[in-house]
Amino acid sequence: MTGYLLEIGQALLALLLAPGLTGLIRWFKARLQGRRGAPPWQPYRDLRKLFGKEVIVSKNASWLFRFAPYVIFSTTVAVTMLVPMIAAPLPFDAIGDLLAVVYLLLLGTFFLALAGLDPGTAFGGMGASREMTVAAIAEPTIALAIFGLAVGAGSTNLGRIVEQTLAHPGAVINPGHLLGFAALFIVMIAETGRMPVDNPSTHLELTMIHEAMILEYSGRYLALIEWAASLKLLIFFALLSNLFLPWGVATTLSPGALGVALIALTAKLAALAITVAVLETRIAKLRLFRVPELLGVSFVLALLSVTSSFLLK
Amino acid sequence: MRGLFGKILKTPVVTEPVAVAEDDRRIETIGRRIEERTRKLIGRSLHIRQVDAGSCNGCEIEITGLLSPYYDLERFGLHFVASPRHADCLLVTGPVTRNMAEPLRLTYEATPEPKIVIAVGDCARDCGVFKGSYAVAGSVADIIPVDVIVGGCPPEPADILRGILTAIDRLPHHFGPKRGTK
Repeated sequence: MTGYLLEIGQALLALLLAPGLTGLIRWFKARLQGRRGAPPWQPYRDLRKLFGKEVIVSKNASWLFRFAPYVIFSTTVAVTMLVPMIAAPLPFDAIGDLLAVVYLLLLGTFFLALAGLDPGTAFGGMGASREMTVAAIAEPTIALAIFGLAVGAGSTNLGRIVEQTLAHPGAVINPGHLLGFAALFIVMIAETGRMPVDNPSTHLELTMIHEAMILEYSGRYLALIEWAASLKLLIFFALLSNLFLPWGVATTLSPGALGVALIALTAKLAALAITVAVLETRIAKLRLFRVPELLGVSFVLALLSVTSSFLLK
Repeated sequence: MRGLFGKILKTPVVTEPVAVAEDDRRIETIGRRIEERTRKLIGRSLHIRQVDAGSCNGCEIEITGLLSPYYDLERFGLHFVASPRHADCLLVTGPVTRNMAEPLRLTYEATPEPKIVIAVGDCARDCGVFKGSYAVAGSVADIIPVDVIVGGCPPEPADILRGILTAIDRLPHHFGPKRGTK
């Protein structure tokens, strides 16, 4: 029972933290650019405003356009329940493993691309085609990068992987782990639309991927999609930090362990957010046709990670 | 790499506070007063869509200046967006040419309520030097309802920023006639 409560609490916590995480990246980037920037809690204000605004739907749009934001949001929330964030063996681990996580995320991406195509605007279709190009190469890599860990843990269950890594701390410096981390980090950048792949703050339609698909959305639909996008960022950060550096994750359900887990999670998320902000300040966006090369590199890293995990087992 | 981050560490935050003029003759508030509900909703998060209705691009250059570290409009929760569907505010420049009258009207209709319109520059106010041209349909207010006009040819970024903050009632020390409730 406590496990299920914790599961729901974990999803609520993720929903609550996600906009702040996006805000933190933006704020830190602004500071690096010598600007004062919007405060880290600005995305909460944006979301509140969007929920209070009128919804305008293009007359060319079908039911799919209204349906897609709910699918995108609910699949992302469902994923938060499967990813170990503050406690490791949780009851929902039995429901879905790594593959469920990857394909629920892909379902959201698929509906986002459909929603981009639906109103029939030029930029929406362009964004959808680009998103699918990126997703087609990125999705298998997510699974493969985590398979490297799954081989060591003997299970594709994310809770089990965390438990196993906690039980054998030496595994963290395995080549399988390190290569997997690098692969997943690159894929995280591609999947969440961050800098060398997509520019999250662009105003130029020709360079957009994620933004181009949601140009037609307004009001609460836009709020749901934006919220889901920051939630996806948080999910990837949680995967990166808790699968590869699981320290802090509670293995018992005592209040003390959970408190430590909460602090550890926040610290890890903030550290990753700052890393991404520094990286985005340093590098320019890649030309679109070079993105598959970058993703190819991450796929090869993931493949090497699985191979070395097998060989060193 | 050391060069870039060395420079970042050496350069302080250069954003300047908003200067307040004793008498803001350049900013006219017309049309409806902003309602309390609207102010609460978009006062701290205003997404702006810039519409060039036929300007000479002088105003656009000044608007681009708003994004610089010096003026940094994002610190007020203002943000430029790529679609009128995402916007709460239209920032319209230039005399409205015959070709742009319809797109401007459509953009206004595509923007979800509540929305405000700010006309930037002398051309947007009264067509400026293009007044009477056969190619001009009229000033911005002739085509869509305008809330605030920022005059100047071109207006300085600071003026535009003050114009936007006036429109959402957030100017720190407002010397002009008070609008709305504080």
